[in-house]
Amino acid sequence: MGHDAQETDAAAAVDFKEVQATEQFQELRKRHRSFVFPLSIAFLLWYFAYVLLADYAVEFMSIKVWGNINVGLILGLLQFISTFAITAWYVSYSNRKLDPIAAEIRGEIEGHEFDKHGNQAGRTAK
Amino acid sequence: MTLTVPAVNVAALKDTTLLNMGIFAVFVAITMVIVIKASRNNKTAADYYAAGRSFTGPQNGTAIAGDYLSAASFLGITGAIAINGYDGFMYSIGFLVAWLVALLLVAELLRNTGKFTMADVLSFRLKQRPVRIAAAISTLAVCFFYLLAQMAGAGSLISLLLGISDWGGQALVIVVVGALMIMYVLIGGMKGTTWVQIIKAMLLIAGAAVMTFWVLAIYGFNLSDLLGGAVETSGNPNLLNPGLQYGKTETSKLDFMSLALALVLGTAALPHVLMRFYTVPTAKEARKSVVWSIWLIGIFYLFTLVLGYGAAALVGADTIKAAPGGVNSAAPLLAFHLGGPLLLGFISAVAFATILAVVAGLTITAAASFAHDIYASVIAKGKADAATEVKVARRTVVVIGLLAIAGGIFANGQNVAFLVALAFAVAASANLPTILYSLFWRRFTTRGALWSMYGGLSAAIILIALSPVVSGAKTSMIPGANFAVFPLSNPGIVSIPLAFFLGWLGTVLDKRKEDVTKQAEMEVRSLTGVGAEKATSH
Repeated sequence: MGHDAQETDAAAAVDFKEVQATEQFQELRKRHRSFVFPLSIAFLLWYFAYVLLADYAVEFMSIKVWGNINVGLILGLLQFISTFAITAWYVSYSNRKLDPIAAEIRGEIEGHEFDKHGNQAGRTAK
Repeated sequence: MTLTVPAVNVAALKDTTLLNMGIFAVFVAITMVIVIKASRNNKTAADYYAAGRSFTGPQNGTAIAGDYLSAASFLGITGAIAINGYDGFMYSIGFLVAWLVALLLVAELLRNTGKFTMADVLSFRLKQRPVRIAAAISTLAVCFFYLLAQMAGAGSLISLLLGISDWGGQALVIVVVGALMIMYVLIGGMKGTTWVQIIKAMLLIAGAAVMTFWVLAIYGFNLSDLLGGAVETSGNPNLLNPGLQYGKTETSKLDFMSLALALVLGTAALPHVLMRFYTVPTAKEARKSVVWSIWLIGIFYLFTLVLGYGAAALVGADTIKAAPGGVNSAAPLLAFHLGGPLLLGFISAVAFATILAVVAGLTITAAASFAHDIYASVIAKGKADAATEVKVARRTVVVIGLLAIAGGIFANGQNVAFLVALAFAVAASANLPTILYSLFWRRFTTRGALWSMYGGLSAAIILIALSPVVSGAKTSMIPGANFAVFPLSNPGIVSIPLAFFLGWLGTVLDKRKEDVTKQAEMEVRSLTGVGAEKATSH
């Protein structure tokens, strides 16, 4: 596992606290959380609303809308559609808003801009 | 719609045994060749556990679908819809929506911070030894429950196909399935297992697609008529409405909520699904693979709706229940009704392959967890070289294989989807709180992790042991005894919130602070992918 050790060494030289404190990283963190948290809460609420209806509002779910197709089946199929839609939305959001900034930070770290000694050298120079 | 339903002659199934076995043998032969070819490059631990991180997103996505669409999805859900109607559909929805938790909150961050196992991520910034041991124990527990379910599925299928319900005959076939599974994993490692998953997922989805198209064609591609047919055969209009299975009492309604909670929170905590994210080179590929698998899995679950109601309409609940293998035999019986022995042979071979592949995936996960987390990190204290670790993993595969065989022989007759839901409840209770807390809560500590994992795991298992699943009901595993003091058959509604609460409580009561540098490293790595394991090149 020689390559594993090498990579750990490279990562160990980075001052992650400094990276974490940068505005750029804070922005990435904010963009990620402000998207995934509300969306997770939303789909969980929608899912549990559906489960509660199926559990406690059987009469409502049994109303026939078209032929033998009832409200319950339609809401169930809507769960499929919303799952597909959220998936597509998240992918497009990540590609546009998360990946570019993550790649930028990664480039900077791999370009040794946050190395611990490089940093100290900077401080003594001042 | 008046459609005469010819009775399915269950006894005639025996005559097709040779054909079924032939189709299955062809599948085994083809996949074995692929596994042997794929295994030529297995040199390092990364090769053995994580397939050299060389799979593409779509390939891994198909393999995830292969891992996820187990006998529970195919045999279990189809049977549950055929017999319990709308309440069975709940499984499909829960199993699918659950993927959003994996996609949004877990997959990419986990890919960026771990190496081989779930414990890598959980112990990243906490105290290594205790957290690693806890994560490994819960991995083994979840895999064991999941294995039981798959083996129960194998038993059902065998008893249907061979028309045997005697103990020895079924046990023999379970031994054969187990032995084959051990061979796949020993020879092929993760790479071989992944290829088996990919092939099996394509066969399963294709087989289900053909059957769905066929059923719909019978009803003039009118879903409403199909539903009408199901009601007509069963003579029960409530088949289309919720509540047939879970609506009887207030307790059963609560059980339904419990099941729904376990299903939606379980997926993102299943160790064998999490481990799949390590077989791709980057987080972006991990994302692609989840998206790919969500589509495949979603489409497959739409098929199961048609197949379940199709089985209810064309085969009939009474025939299904009376057949050897019971509820789990709905899909094979429907295949026999539609396409005679040939389609039954194909579908049964696919179902066998499904069980084989999922069991292989579970086994490699459990073996990796034992070898990497318990042996290499705890017993050998990080001094074991990769070759020894892989050797230990291979030995573990044999032990787990034998355990699965023994468990499978005893866990016959229960609905497979139901048994898998128990594995989901255990996973969601033991793993999910710690995964989420360690990824998103800066203050989270080792004590919180240990309380949550051990608390969630033991609560889930104890509640299952004290539930009607194990004793006190006609369908229990030990029907003679009655120590079922917990009324719900799925423990999720109690054990999952408890595990979240314990994680919080353990953390706020812990005076010890965790390493802030490690926290910073984990957060930066999880979001940017810096220092993540790359593909190994040969």
